[in-house]
Amino acid sequence: MFITKILSEIGRYMMLMGKVFSRPVKGMVFRRQLLDEMEKLGLNSVGIVAIISVFMGAVVALQMAINLESPFLPKYLIGYATRESLILEFSSTVVALILAGKVGSNIASEIGTMRITEQIDALEIMGVNSANHLILPKIIAAMIFFPLLTMMSMIVGVIGGYSIVFTVDMMTPDDFMQGLLSDFRPYLVFYGVSKMVVFAFIITSVSAYYGYYAKGNSLEVGRSSTQAVVSSTIVVLIFDMILTKLFFNY
Amino acid sequence: MIKAENISKHFDDHIVLDNVSATFETGKTNLIIGQSGSGKTVLLKSLLGLHQIDEGRIFYDDVCYSSLGFNEKKEIRKQVGMLFQGGALFDSLTVVDNVKFPLDVFTDYSESEKLDIVHDTLKKVRLDKAYDLYPSEISGGMVKRVSIARAIVMKPRYLFCDEPNSGLDPLTSVVIDNLIKEVTEEYGITTIINTHDMNSVMEIGETVTFIYQGKMWWRGSKDDILSSDNKELNDFVFASAMAKRARQNM
Repeated sequence: MFITKILSEIGRYMMLMGKVFSRPVKGMVFRRQLLDEMEKLGLNSVGIVAIISVFMGAVVALQMAINLESPFLPKYLIGYATRESLILEFSSTVVALILAGKVGSNIASEIGTMRITEQIDALEIMGVNSANHLILPKIIAAMIFFPLLTMMSMIVGVIGGYSIVFTVDMMTPDDFMQGLLSDFRPYLVFYGVSKMVVFAFIITSVSAYYGYYAKGNSLEVGRSSTQAVVSSTIVVLIFDMILTKLFFNY
Repeated sequence: MIKAENISKHFDDHIVLDNVSATFETGKTNLIIGQSGSGKTVLLKSLLGLHQIDEGRIFYDDVCYSSLGFNEKKEIRKQVGMLFQGGALFDSLTVVDNVKFPLDVFTDYSESEKLDIVHDTLKKVRLDKAYDLYPSEISGGMVKRVSIARAIVMKPRYLFCDEPNSGLDPLTSVVIDNLIKEVTEEYGITTIINTHDMNSVMEIGETVTFIYQGKMWWRGSKDDILSSDNKELNDFVFASAMAKRARQNM
């Protein structure tokens, strides 16, 4: 029963994506919406991502300093481990989970409200492919903007970690900087950013799916919004594992 | 002309439309009346193709609409205007942008040409202010007028109205009814209005189709209603105390 339900949901999601990925009726209208969505979904998330990243960078550096305190471990490892944690997981996966909460619930409730107030029916009656018109700009905007947020988070997180070094005496700024610069592999940045492109697609499409098929009243819209966040979070974590295996070929 | 031929529709085990046949004439205001839950909204949505009918056929002039594919239906829908019960205006767009939306999507007019058409249409529905306000900032009557303007801005051949007077005071209701009638006559379009407002019926009901328990129960003009001996129709029409008193005085 449970499996059947999951399979039918996946089937319905695929059919919706089939409708989403078709040619927009008017290029100019699409471009305008794309810019709007970049502002709504991306630009408006810069603040929260920056704040969380700076504090997480500082906390990660502190935790590393506390837990790597041993005469056998060089101090520069603190900076190195902080950088690796931020690049490998925090700035892509954890930021994606934060965005799933912020952006995912926003998308599901916006589209869900449009559904129950018949705005989607209005589009359909006009002869507009509502799924394409409403969802495609969100997906493309997120796939373009979220990787930029990931790169910003990497930089801001490292700055947060570096800043905390000046307030504690467990390591020196020079040690931390040495760690930050040691054995730097640009491929890892590429890995983090690429993961975010996939996560951006998952967050926007899964949330839009729940909003698009919302029915009933405002309570149901709230429920689909919650479900959108829960489902996109789970799918992001599953794909995090799959992509990690693929990228590192283990 | 729009024609329904023996259409049936059920949801789960519940038959909502049972072998309904009706013809809605061009250049006339065709009303569908009936109690709440009688199936009139399902009939309207079935005529529009928003509900897939189980049996029967629907014709738009000579074209069998119910047998068309998605893309062919889209072409017909470009000739359809719809006034929704709640207006279904797009929350994120201003009054002008809501009315301009179909022009943006389906025409290649310049911005100034589009604005001219929008302003003319808004004047036609007697709206000469609030152009830059959002739907949440205007009154219910204005929402209906904007919705009519959006429905007719592309000069449709078919106009559908779902409970156009719901939530409006009697004076505004008369204004909206007369607007719909005026537009129908001026453009020579097929207008179908779904209502349970007897004032509308007596004001603009050129042809009236009474739906009772999912069946086409009675058909005639507003003048025929008063002389009909159909019990269910009379129970519906003369349900209010005022109507009963008026009938006694006839």
